[in-house]
Amino acid sequence: MNNQNNNGNGGDTPRSLIVKDVVKEYVAGKPVLKGISFEVTGRSTVAIIGPSGTGKSTLLRCINRLIEPTGGEIHVAGQDITKLSGTELRHARHYIGMVFQEFNLVERLSVIENVLCGRLGFTPVWRAWLRKYHQTDIDRAYELIEKVGLGDFVTARADSLSGGQRQRVGIARAVMQNPDIIMADEPTSSLDPKTSVEIMELLNEFSRVQDIPLIINIHDVNLAKRFADRIIGMSKGHVVFDGKPDELQDSHLKEIYGGEDWLA
Amino acid sequence: MTAHSAATRRPFKPSWLARLGWALVILYAIYAVSALDISWSRFVDGLGNGAKFIGELFPPNFDRWKLLVENLLETVEIAVIASAFGIFLSLPIGLLAARNLMPPWATWPARTIICICRSFHPVIFAILFVKAVGFGPMAGILTLVFASIGFIGKLFAEAIEEISLKPVEACKAAGAPFMSVLIYAVMPQVLNRFIGFATYQFDANIRNSTMVGIVGAGGIGGTLFAAFQRYDYDFLCAILLSIIGLIMVSEFLAVRIKGVFND
Amino acid sequence: MTKHYEWERFTPAQRMARFAIYLGAVIALVMSMRTVEVIPEFLYDAPEQIVDLFTRMWPLDTAHYAVGVHDALIETLNIASLGTVLALFMAFPVGLMAANNITKVPALNWFAKLILVSSRSVNSLVWAILFVAIFGPGALAGTVAIGFRSIGFCGKLLAEALEECNPGPIEALKAAGAPWPTIIIKGYWPQVAPAFWGITLFRWDINVRESSVIGLVGAGGIGVALDTSLNLFNWDQVSLILLCIFTIVIAAEVFVTKIRERII
Repeated sequence: MNNQNNNGNGGDTPRSLIVKDVVKEYVAGKPVLKGISFEVTGRSTVAIIGPSGTGKSTLLRCINRLIEPTGGEIHVAGQDITKLSGTELRHARHYIGMVFQEFNLVERLSVIENVLCGRLGFTPVWRAWLRKYHQTDIDRAYELIEKVGLGDFVTARADSLSGGQRQRVGIARAVMQNPDIIMADEPTSSLDPKTSVEIMELLNEFSRVQDIPLIINIHDVNLAKRFADRIIGMSKGHVVFDGKPDELQDSHLKEIYGGEDWLA
Repeated sequence: MTAHSAATRRPFKPSWLARLGWALVILYAIYAVSALDISWSRFVDGLGNGAKFIGELFPPNFDRWKLLVENLLETVEIAVIASAFGIFLSLPIGLLAARNLMPPWATWPARTIICICRSFHPVIFAILFVKAVGFGPMAGILTLVFASIGFIGKLFAEAIEEISLKPVEACKAAGAPFMSVLIYAVMPQVLNRFIGFATYQFDANIRNSTMVGIVGAGGIGGTLFAAFQRYDYDFLCAILLSIIGLIMVSEFLAVRIKGVFND
Repeated sequence: MTKHYEWERFTPAQRMARFAIYLGAVIALVMSMRTVEVIPEFLYDAPEQIVDLFTRMWPLDTAHYAVGVHDALIETLNIASLGTVLALFMAFPVGLMAANNITKVPALNWFAKLILVSSRSVNSLVWAILFVAIFGPGALAGTVAIGFRSIGFCGKLLAEALEECNPGPIEALKAAGAPWPTIIIKGYWPQVAPAFWGITLFRWDINVRESSVIGLVGAGGIGVALDTSLNLFNWDQVSLILLCIFTIVIAAEVFVTKIRERII
């Protein structure tokens, strides 16, 4: 299940993300993101850590423009996503996979239909309505469902699954898109510790096999240190740390999160 | 690895039940259209008529505005009086109809009254009352009182049947008389919903009282029907617009009143 | 010295508001009772008239059933059902337009809400009158009238159900780059489907009641038979017709309750 066939949306450098001076103001004069810049190229797992309210979710949603950035440039797979409009934006989103904190599955649909939702961008509306998906899509969906360990639940309704199982479906859905990058917005915050580790392992595994960058928002610093190749620390709308996990010292954490009591 | 051979990878079994359902609906539509003698030519003729008709509706003619306002006022008066008495009466009747509080000799008559009041369209009541008390707003008021009892009574009884009986138990254990049990244990749980039903019914009564006049029970319905029969279509349009305006105002008021009581 | 605590159920502002409403209601009632024209002679006459009425209505003229009533009853049910089906097709797009999370153009929202309010403000009898003027007397006018009246009811409840939808799955489908018709089919529809069917059944029940009287103005159904019997003062036929109306309304309600228990 390699990503070789997918050269992205036609951009020059697939499997890359360049964020340049991104600014976001919800209220004029009070920016939440005050000029974020970083670059990610090729296969790697990047964990973004920071306190609640610092703009991590906003940043991720600016990358696929679910939230409109007020300023700056974002190049996904070589294309400047801030300059795209309407249909072009929609096509660009096909190549960005997203995993959500609350799973965001369609509750009343089955697992396989939820996974096939990942291909909805490529499926004509009438096919989606009548559920006449291409057999290749159906086959790939089955493979992915097996890969995440839910082979026995293919036709089960989404709301009959546990939290961890739902997140696996969410991941399968994101990978189903054959994306150039995968983003995960606090994928483990609603899960227990053991399941959190399983989900992080699964995400890393897909990132490795698909050979694409993985960007995760996470507030559990230990999980971040354990699974990430690179950590970006955000505080008050700025990037205050960008480096390898072993370079992350307590002093950095204090700067990011403030206070000392929580540091074990 | 579970066994999903390529041949069995068909997750979307066609739901024959759903398809049957849709097929039935379409077949029914075709049957109904023919049973009702609806033909395409009639429909097309109607569209032509419709265009002509709409042309005659506009511009709306407000020359007879005094008559309009008088009847509109009468409509509101009918609605206000009917709502007041209807709400006032549906409180005890609804209480009596609650099977978890009252013995059968109380619930059966109460539920029958509510059932009869609900099953008939207000216009039917209007016709009967016109025969009984003559033309004019009295018939309209009585009609809407019965309609209110039917609506509020049913919903109120259902609301009471859904309450938790624990406070009732507690009050009885403390030796409270029946009325006190009602006031302290039952009413606090259902009062908000009762007020919701009451405001909804007031709104409904305004709508209904615009129409009972068609059979002579007072209000703007009579003026409307008369204008229609005289082919006074531009006046008809003026009346329709004022009715819509009146109802929008009353809806707005109903929302505000509910807001004040929903603390 | 004992400390006395003050506790008030309502703030002064709330008390004023509640008092104002009570006062307003009382004033409205008093003014209405003084100005409404009630003719006393009719009122004194009433008991006698009512007794007279009931004497004439009993016994029921059952022979009349086969001749005048049976076909009309079937016609009434058809008008109600076909009118409801018609309304659903018209209410769905209007409901979509009125939901402010689906249609983001306020002018369109407002326009859709205007359609819904007008449909609800005009009584089905008045709609029937209008369509009798357009299509001539008969069931066509009745069906269209029922349809138009029901748009407001179904459309409003549908719009409310749509506005209460969970935005999570919608976000996920947008992030995957699905086109908006697919988002409606796969994201919104599964969430509102049970509410939609409930609304339909509810409205059908009300429409049976409405269809039984629109014949009074010539729009088909049993109301026509009722009108004829009333004009000829055949009160025993009138009572038969009323009993039939009562029966189909109760039957419709039992039917709807049974189906609701199975679906919801």
